[in-house]
Amino acid sequence: MRIAVVKRIGTQLLLGAALLAAARPAHAIPAFARKYGLPCSACHEAWPMLNNFGQTFKDNGYQLGNDRDAPIYQQPAYWPIMFRVSPIWHRESNNRAAVDKVPGQASSGLVQSTVTQSGFDVGGIDIVTAGTLSRNISFFVQPFIGNSSAGLAQAWVRLDNLFKSHWLNVKMGKFELDEPISQERALTLSNTGAIYYNYFFTPPGDNNFFTGIGNLQLGAEVSGHSDNDYTRYSVAVVNNNNGATGLQASQAYNLYTNFNQAFEVSGLGLQRVGVYSYVGQSPTFYQTSGGNAIPGTGMGDRGFYRVGAYGQWYVGRFDFETFYEHGHDNVFLGNAVPANQPSKLPAGAAGPSWNGGFVEAHYDYNPRLILIGKYELIRMSQQANPSIRANAGNLDTWTVGYRWYPIMNPRAGLAWVQEYSRIVNAGPPTLSGKDDINNSFLMGFDFDF
Amino acid sequence: MRIKISLAGSAVFFVLLSSLTTVAQQTRVGNLVGNANHGKALYQRYCIFCHGPYGDGNGESAPYLDPKPRDFTKATFKCRSTPSGSLPLDSDLYDTISRGVHASGMPSWKPLLRQDRVDLVAYIKTFSPRFQEEKPAAPLVIPPEPPGSPESVKRGAELFQSMNCWLCHGKQGRGNGPSASSLTDSKGYPITPFDFTSGTRFKCGESDQAIFRDLMTGLDGTPMPSFADALKPDQVWDIAHYIDALRTAKGIPVEAPAEPKVEP
Repeated sequence: MRIAVVKRIGTQLLLGAALLAAARPAHAIPAFARKYGLPCSACHEAWPMLNNFGQTFKDNGYQLGNDRDAPIYQQPAYWPIMFRVSPIWHRESNNRAAVDKVPGQASSGLVQSTVTQSGFDVGGIDIVTAGTLSRNISFFVQPFIGNSSAGLAQAWVRLDNLFKSHWLNVKMGKFELDEPISQERALTLSNTGAIYYNYFFTPPGDNNFFTGIGNLQLGAEVSGHSDNDYTRYSVAVVNNNNGATGLQASQAYNLYTNFNQAFEVSGLGLQRVGVYSYVGQSPTFYQTSGGNAIPGTGMGDRGFYRVGAYGQWYVGRFDFETFYEHGHDNVFLGNAVPANQPSKLPAGAAGPSWNGGFVEAHYDYNPRLILIGKYELIRMSQQANPSIRANAGNLDTWTVGYRWYPIMNPRAGLAWVQEYSRIVNAGPPTLSGKDDINNSFLMGFDFDF
Repeated sequence: MRIKISLAGSAVFFVLLSSLTTVAQQTRVGNLVGNANHGKALYQRYCIFCHGPYGDGNGESAPYLDPKPRDFTKATFKCRSTPSGSLPLDSDLYDTISRGVHASGMPSWKPLLRQDRVDLVAYIKTFSPRFQEEKPAAPLVIPPEPPGSPESVKRGAELFQSMNCWLCHGKQGRGNGPSASSLTDSKGYPITPFDFTSGTRFKCGESDQAIFRDLMTGLDGTPMPSFADALKPDQVWDIAHYIDALRTAKGIPVEAPAEPKVEP
């Protein structure tokens, strides 16, 4: 159902949503709470969203640094594993769907109508095992079991505190890029509200293999941080493969960098600002055999980038997350034209570029109740092809909801969630030519153990 | 009229009383003043599962922790700059929260805001009436440290034996002295003397000054006494240098006495 809805909001979002579905948020980890006897709220503003203590714990390689981190200090029966499941009821509606005039008769012609679907659902099961193999060697393995699929969301090992310094840590495997505003730790669950669209956006008609910084990536990362985690950096070299295992699309590698700095403001709390960039190349054609592309032989690489800034702002019990992104793809990627056939570029073709961002606000009533509001937008500033209408790809989304945690202890967590989300998307034109609108309502449980 | 005066008098009395109580409870670290109400919210988020809702160390996770979480109702704290038996300074509690307690379940809470840590100190102090009834004694003044030398380490090793430190910590500082297995803390829980050779960081700080302070103040709530009345500062520095040499193996030759021979 999720993919069916997302199809309506543009083919480029489809891949991102599908990849997201294969890597649902998974990172409230009671295995750590059990290990250290700490409640979820110690590391999470509201799980799965981390607070600075939790971010520090993560950046230290899932270690508290109290000489109790190595597995040798654990009871032999301790097994660092958790699972997360979200049984829900949800309602999805598309206000401008194209449907057959007479149901079952394709020849009757299409008319614009509202399509509404609802029911009980379970998105899948996240299983995470993570912790330390030894002091200063940490690991994370996350298989995902969906309703009709299974896969490997993350799997990595990390050498922590090299040369006894927080400033040098090396990670290798499949992992989430270092994003303090984490897609993996999003508080929202609904079909249209769970995604940070800026993290997965490519413009209409674009065939860039890379579909967004929100994807889990295969590669290696060097990172570091200050003792209290106020200053952080990371540099990652990743396959140009959106995290898919096997041969990557071409021989090009992409580079992700992130730097952020936190500072205290008296009477308000901890504030964090950061900048990031993702620079890469993507193939525009392949070697073929009998006309079929040979995997891993991508050629004619052309460049693209995503750059931006973000902030996490605390004002008492309120906190705001702000994010800005500017994206640009090469003209060949934007027009899906092989770089060895420039004559196929349409007249007036250009590299598409866009700007986007979001504001997400939380009211932390107490550790057991958090209210959520989010607004996100994307605006195209340059289409790849002049024939594409100027606003194609633009979108606006709103999400409101809350999470209430009746159970939150060092053994398990249970949240009751209610959420409403709406997206207005200027993607493929509807029959009326107006923007597509989808609404999503969700309520249910989100628990982990 | 009499009633009005009586009411006004009562109001003044309560205002004065509450202001006096506020003064007695005020928590200050540097230029930061603690807010116990905010500290309570932080305590419920970060601390309650170990130290318990009443601060008595009986949180939900306490049965699984060794050593046990601190019982704040007793107002007995290991890491202090004040003499044995005295309340700690606010800055002592703040330092413990910031540093954590190594080799225990207590992590460093340095990622929290400084103000938050001061607020936590303010709230922790509400668990014991001692903080309203008493004032901390004057903190220890640590004299300048004489330079460490093999001679100082050797003198420290001799004092380590003559002051019977070895009874708990063992002849070679490995925490395996003859009394080690029978030691308990003030709540009756078994407690293990520190193994200086393990390389593990000390609970109350790693510097020579911190070792000096621990020797002079003792670790309240544990069998570790204060040596403030038994040793001169230079002698304490010698022991501190010996302990540091045991811990860090800096290359200073340590001539620790051999373990007692076991008769066949």
